[in-house]
Amino acid sequence: MTSVELNNVTKKYDKEKVVAVDDVSLSVSKGELFGLIGPDGAGKSSIFRILTTLLLPDGGTATVEGYDVVKDYKTIRGNVGYMPGRFSLYQDLTVEENLSFFATVFGTSIEENYELIKDIYIQIEPFKKRRAGKLSGGMKQKLALSCALIHKPSILFLDEPTTGVDAVSRKEFWEMLKRLKQQGITIMVSTPYMDEATLCDRIALIQSGKILSVDTPSGIVKSYHGKLFAIKSDAMYKLMNDLRAFEHTRSCFAFGEYHHISFKERDKDYTEEVLNYLQAKGHTGVEIKSVTPAIEDCFIDMVEEKKSEA
Amino acid sequence: MNSTVIKAEKLTKRYGDFVAANELTFDVRAGEIFGFLGANGAGKTTAMRMLCGLSVPSSGTASVAGYDVYKQTENIKRNIGYMSQKFSLYEDLTVMENIGFYAGIYGLTDKEIKEKSVQLVDQLGLHDSAKKLVRSLPLGWKQKLSFLVAIIHQPKIVFLDEPTSGVDPVARRQFWDLIYQAADTGITAFVTTHYMDESEYCHRVSIMVDGNIRALDSPANLKKHFSASSMDEVFQGLAREAKRKED
Amino acid sequence: MKQLFSFIKKEFLHVFRDRKTLMLLFGLPVVQLTLFGFALTNEVKNAKIVVADYSKDIATKQITEKIEASKYFDVEKSLKSHDEIEAAFKTGKIKLAILFPENFNENLLHLHKAQIQIIADASDINTATTLTNYISAIVADYQRQLMKDASIPLTITPEIRMLYNPELKGEHTFIPGIMAMIMLLICVMMTSISIVREKELGTMEILLVSPFKPLMVIIAKFIPYLLISFFNITSILLISVYALELPIKGSILLLYSESLLFVVTALAIGLLISIQAQSQQTAMFGSLMATMLPTLLLSGFIFPVENMPLPLRIISNVVPSKWFFIIVKSIMIKGAGISVVWKETLVLTGMMLFFLTVSLRKFKIRLA
Repeated sequence: MTSVELNNVTKKYDKEKVVAVDDVSLSVSKGELFGLIGPDGAGKSSIFRILTTLLLPDGGTATVEGYDVVKDYKTIRGNVGYMPGRFSLYQDLTVEENLSFFATVFGTSIEENYELIKDIYIQIEPFKKRRAGKLSGGMKQKLALSCALIHKPSILFLDEPTTGVDAVSRKEFWEMLKRLKQQGITIMVSTPYMDEATLCDRIALIQSGKILSVDTPSGIVKSYHGKLFAIKSDAMYKLMNDLRAFEHTRSCFAFGEYHHISFKERDKDYTEEVLNYLQAKGHTGVEIKSVTPAIEDCFIDMVEEKKSEA
Repeated sequence: MNSTVIKAEKLTKRYGDFVAANELTFDVRAGEIFGFLGANGAGKTTAMRMLCGLSVPSSGTASVAGYDVYKQTENIKRNIGYMSQKFSLYEDLTVMENIGFYAGIYGLTDKEIKEKSVQLVDQLGLHDSAKKLVRSLPLGWKQKLSFLVAIIHQPKIVFLDEPTSGVDPVARRQFWDLIYQAADTGITAFVTTHYMDESEYCHRVSIMVDGNIRALDSPANLKKHFSASSMDEVFQGLAREAKRKED
Repeated sequence: MKQLFSFIKKEFLHVFRDRKTLMLLFGLPVVQLTLFGFALTNEVKNAKIVVADYSKDIATKQITEKIEASKYFDVEKSLKSHDEIEAAFKTGKIKLAILFPENFNENLLHLHKAQIQIIADASDINTATTLTNYISAIVADYQRQLMKDASIPLTITPEIRMLYNPELKGEHTFIPGIMAMIMLLICVMMTSISIVREKELGTMEILLVSPFKPLMVIIAKFIPYLLISFFNITSILLISVYALELPIKGSILLLYSESLLFVVTALAIGLLISIQAQSQQTAMFGSLMATMLPTLLLSGFIFPVENMPLPLRIISNVVPSKWFFIIVKSIMIKGAGISVVWKETLVLTGMMLFFLTVSLRKFKIRLA
């Protein structure tokens, strides 16, 4: 069963000068946790707004739960939960007032659907008399999610729910999403954090309005062709410059405590050459190993591939 | 690498009964890239404000670039650069106008401004966009530009408050290249971030929990100490101890 | 219905949470009225007047003394004939002249009625009316006193003449003017800001995605400011009647109905601005431009429309506050009924329908 479907959707701004969404096609199955992964300005929010019927596409068609986003916008509006990019809460209203307001706007009450939000809401309930503006980022995020869930939507659109939230709250948030998924809710979520991609069932990598790839996280990693190496030495910055100057290097970038390096001949193992080269350059404590690429490696690779094509 | 540019001794900030920053003691060396981590509400911003001379400490002592945070805040401001993700550049001014403006604030001469502008545009490869409004630049460029503008007066220290939020992975790495370059010229970088992989790029990292510095060492030593495989694990372990969830 | 109610409640919460704006909302009319009122009474104290007494009897003497005893008037001098009155006014110092005709007391005793002529310099309309009102009151007071002593019906008719501005254009203009201005400010600015704020916050996106109808959003935004405006109108009227002693001559019900018409027009203008504006600042600036300037300059509040050059007079016709201003003036001061102001009411109704239709049609069910 398909829950969301986009066919060649295009959206332009500024008198057609800026192409925010460029011929995007993808589909999300019922009950799936689907991630749109890409940096700011990649077109993620525009896609969400088209699907929540807030924006009209300039080209292509899209359906949500079988309804057309242009024609059947009224039906869609009542059935989706939406958390826009910024935590869209009334800062001057308390936690409880926010929640009960959104509940009545969607024609329900907190009591009626308390079961659904209980897990999340219980964490902020002790602060229910506090104004939303005075909450920390993590708590705002939980409140916003509660508000989006209060009318028992069959599908949730979460636009960058973890941006600006610390690592701990992010982790908690993804755990909540997993529990919601178990209740059968389809979730479409966007994030600029590549490490969150692995927590989705399937992901679409998106850059400059274009879909780079749609697959399961492991599928994306598998599709990385060639070998990738992690390398470190006692002088990381110098190491980076030296590696970039190395004749066989295709790309080299920092990745945690290592630098990740790929070579022009992608399947060849250059370990020996690299070690010799670095020794000559006076590096000490050099360590090199072959690694499985992460989603972030794949993303960078695809972006660079695109660039070299262009 | 031996001279100290930031030295804090039992630096504390209280708001009524609430201790936002509790007896912070640490030092940062010249040319170091110092990671300043903590969950939302752990007290990072409070600490940073005190060091930048924007907020008076409740007790304790601290010196930044050799100046006292109580009495010599004006001198401090002249010797630091500051960049936050949010408002560093004027969106409705061009790249050149932004550079000229910031250089002007820090009292660079017209000749220096001209030289600097050319140098910055070169460094960023922004030749085609020099006369364009900042609004029209991609986020990654904006962030790089605002970093270079923040260090246009060659400050001793640059404070970076979540500089890479929302930037794509390629631009994020290019940004760190710039930080390394700056560190190479002797500028100390004091960085907060939510990306744990970035904390690995720092020479040393401190982690704040509930207003206290709970850990301070090089990433390698921290991982060894907490027997963790990544900085993310170190951070999650410490931050989950937090009692307070509030700002 | 419950949804709407909850929405309205939310709007009220916003209003009451923001203490500063709240003070502004309710304090504005009081402050403005007090300022205007204070400026007015200040001018009225110790006004210099002249008396031309052709009768010179006990009654005229007693009235003159009574006037002189009040804190409002200083009798500058007595004139021998009324030819001197004009000259006295020309000096600019004299605000008012009183003229007793011959045989004042005799007429009073034998015919039981007498006339007293009050001549005011109406170039400063507010002062002139206030002063003549005071004199009339003093004379009426004297008349009551006489009747009590003599126990026969007596009437002293004050015959009032306004020099330089006989039709009293611009009388007590500041009350209707302030009413128009405050209602516009509150309704236009507050509605537009509160809608734009939801756009900025992003909550508008959620509301649009919800099954809540856009029309309901608008109604919910309207109602709190409508109520606040009515509260303000009431406080303006109370202050003007009890503190400034400026009575309402016409029907209060009519006055409120016309105000309702005007408030809805203002709300529709606010809505229209909020549709165009993307930030709270733009909304605020737009509201000020759309309300304050035309009301101050083109409604007749400060500068009489009749004296404007033709192009401005034509433009002034599209300013809603001009029409509201005429209506309120007629009702409050002249005691006019709907039979007199129906034309203006019709114009205002037309404007309301126009703004309401345009803004409802333009209200976007989607983002830009």
